[in-house]
Amino acid sequence: MIFLELFLTFLKIGAFTFGGGFAMLPFVQEAVLQKGWMTSGEILDFIAVSESTPGPFAINISTFVGTKMGGVLGAACATLGVVVPSFVIILIVAKFYEKFKSSKTVSGVMSGLKPAAIGLILGAVVTVGSAVFFPAGLTFKVFETLSFYVSLVIFAAALIMSFKKVHPIIIICISAVLGIASGYLL
Amino acid sequence: MKKSKLLALFLTFFKIGAFTFGGGYAMIPLISRETVEKYKWISDEDILDIVAIAESTPGPIAINTATFIGYKVCGFWGAFCATMGVVLPSFLIILGISFVLKEFKELQAVQFAFNGIRAGVVALIIKALWTMYKKCPKNICSYIVIAAAFVATAFLNLPILAVIIGCAVFGLVYSILISRRVKK
Repeated sequence: MIFLELFLTFLKIGAFTFGGGFAMLPFVQEAVLQKGWMTSGEILDFIAVSESTPGPFAINISTFVGTKMGGVLGAACATLGVVVPSFVIILIVAKFYEKFKSSKTVSGVMSGLKPAAIGLILGAVVTVGSAVFFPAGLTFKVFETLSFYVSLVIFAAALIMSFKKVHPIIIICISAVLGIASGYLL
Repeated sequence: MKKSKLLALFLTFFKIGAFTFGGGYAMIPLISRETVEKYKWISDEDILDIVAIAESTPGPIAINTATFIGYKVCGFWGAFCATMGVVLPSFLIILGISFVLKEFKELQAVQFAFNGIRAGVVALIIKALWTMYKKCPKNICSYIVIAAAFVATAFLNLPILAVIIGCAVFGLVYSILISRRVKK
């Protein structure tokens, strides 16, 4: 049953990802690709939507996947799934947080989890990135296609802008305009 | 009295959820302005503690912070109202967008736009990674874990849950070994 599956999938994701921002991306990617709920390209499209709308990425992506697979009820199940672990764990931790704060075990575990998030997201970028630049798989043929170079130029421009601290929404808009222009002109 | 506090918690976090782009970390300045300066529910030091705990417990920072502050202010129902408040704006907005997106997805122009956007988003994620890397402690433990987690998921296709547990154990063992060596 899709509703239970959505709830349990996002429950697991909520229970085992640490940190904000894109920390959840590798886990979500693994789950939705395996289950065939979304493609790599759709994940990237959705990240653009999430960056351009308010609210945390975690809630945005769970609501989106839930809606896609099971309508309004699906969205409710997926979002509830991602929220419940946080809610329960914080209620427990809040009761003895002085102890938690100074715990050597917690800080030790975190010294492994913080860099793990970086390595995992890097792995996720390779997977979704190869779907953008090598849509037909890793072959030399790609260097003969125009769309490869268009993507490369847009990627480079976006990277420079983001390091110049241009707001993500503006970068997404510019990428969209470049995509439309190159689509109609070339 | 208590009911009005619950309502205030809900509305405050609803506002925070509705007006911050970019998720948990982007919310912290607004959270501290509303809960510390405006309502005086918690103190400045509390905020730092709460963020530190939100980072070291599983789940999104935004949810963890809202639940924690809600609980401190008004117990279980406080936690419930604050969390509902921070989740609802995202939920409603994305629900609306999902239906709109479905209608427009087939348009040629929209497909061209997303072709461009996909390349741009890869760049955005790389920038976010760079920011995370700068904040991460630079020691041998971090470098080993980053490399191992990357290879394990990108090339070996190991399940992410296994990688996370492995990295947590490695970090714990490493920090125990380091603290023993310092004692000697």
